[in-house]
Amino acid sequence: MEKNRMPMANTPTTVLNKDKMSVFKEQDVVPFRNRVKEYATKIGMGLVNQTKLITAASELVRNMLRYAEGGDTLIEVISKGRENGIRLTFADKGPGIANIEQAMKDGFSTGKSLGLGLPGTKRLVSEFDIKSIVGKGTTVTVVKWKNG
Amino acid sequence: MHKFLFMKLETAKMLQKKKKQIIDLWMKNQLADSALREDLMSNDDLRAQSEELVDALLKKLTDDNLSNVDSADFEDIYEILGGVSITRARQGFSPRETGLYIYSLKDALLTILQQEFKNDPVQLYDISMKVSKLIDSFGIVTFETYIKGREEVILRQTDEITEISTPVIRVWDGILALPIIGTLDSARTQVVMENLLQEIVNTGSSIAILDISGVPAVDSLVAQHLIKTVSATRLMGAECIISGIRPEIAQTVVHLGIDLSNVVTKATLASALKYAYSILQLEVRKKQTTLVKSN
Repeated sequence: MEKNRMPMANTPTTVLNKDKMSVFKEQDVVPFRNRVKEYATKIGMGLVNQTKLITAASELVRNMLRYAEGGDTLIEVISKGRENGIRLTFADKGPGIANIEQAMKDGFSTGKSLGLGLPGTKRLVSEFDIKSIVGKGTTVTVVKWKNG
Repeated sequence: MHKFLFMKLETAKMLQKKKKQIIDLWMKNQLADSALREDLMSNDDLRAQSEELVDALLKKLTDDNLSNVDSADFEDIYEILGGVSITRARQGFSPRETGLYIYSLKDALLTILQQEFKNDPVQLYDISMKVSKLIDSFGIVTFETYIKGREEVILRQTDEITEISTPVIRVWDGILALPIIGTLDSARTQVVMENLLQEIVNTGSSIAILDISGVPAVDSLVAQHLIKTVSATRLMGAECIISGIRPEIAQTVVHLGIDLSNVVTKATLASALKYAYSILQLEVRKKQTTLVKSN
């Protein structure tokens, strides 16, 4: 969508700050979200983008808790050209997703949820990447640019 | 070989004999520390607590289990330690103070050992390592239980917050308002829904306003919970309005693709209330006193 809107495809991405956090119970969701919010505020992200990022983070972290009993998250402040952003990585050792294409469709859910988590998250962030190996786990990486 | 065994047997027995000395030394260590909290625990209580622990430890200590930290013999001691650290957590001792309590025992034991095995450095080293390891594992247990004690307090508070933060307010005859503050998770939604539905029955209200101004983020799970609450309210024969949708929340919900079109939503509690009045065909007007006077 908004991806590659700016001509900076060849500019290298640098990581300015890193923060790791493990999420294993529902009580961890709020502290994690607050941590993401802290970093988003620090780089001066606007309220709307902040809310989008936090909601995306919330979706992904809940997915991790629901389907993989938790996992590790990584919050990074990154910079590419003149643009700053937040990169979130969610890695779990859960059952994995057999059909990613299907999982990315609106309304599809193996659980009893609305089925908007993954496709909705993709719409909320600037860049979205999902890798999954059945039986090994799933890693989702999202980037939200400050003005993206 | 025989002599070695004999020497080993000595250690536990020797320590048992020196019990009083150990306690005295330990107390001296504790009292000497500037972090001693006489305000939280009297010296007599501290001594009683320390004596109980040393007593139990020396009673169970044999040369076999000295080198086996996981020995079942120590279960009693772990229990005492657990009790000590939980009470300390509740009394408000800091982790440092609780840690010093255990580790100053190590100092006392090592001092005694040093006096005993002055002439046998190899033996002294061996025994010191074992004692040190044992006390370290006691320290770890103390910390684990200390933190568990604190966590219990936190969990209890979480429960309390869930309970108190969902009041159902009767704003008008037939209109209920429910301000939700904080994150809506499954457990919370359950409480909200129960309170709301019960209050609808109790007051015979026909309109319920769910105000989400205080909800920091609406993700698909929260939205799903909201939709469920609205459906349940409708089943009870009441209309449900969701108010307090902030601009950034509105944008996020649209991007996520959540369909809230079947739900009446308003930006503020005031406009939700206005809408509720219009459904109930009520009108709020300024008093027209001047007219009455002129008549």
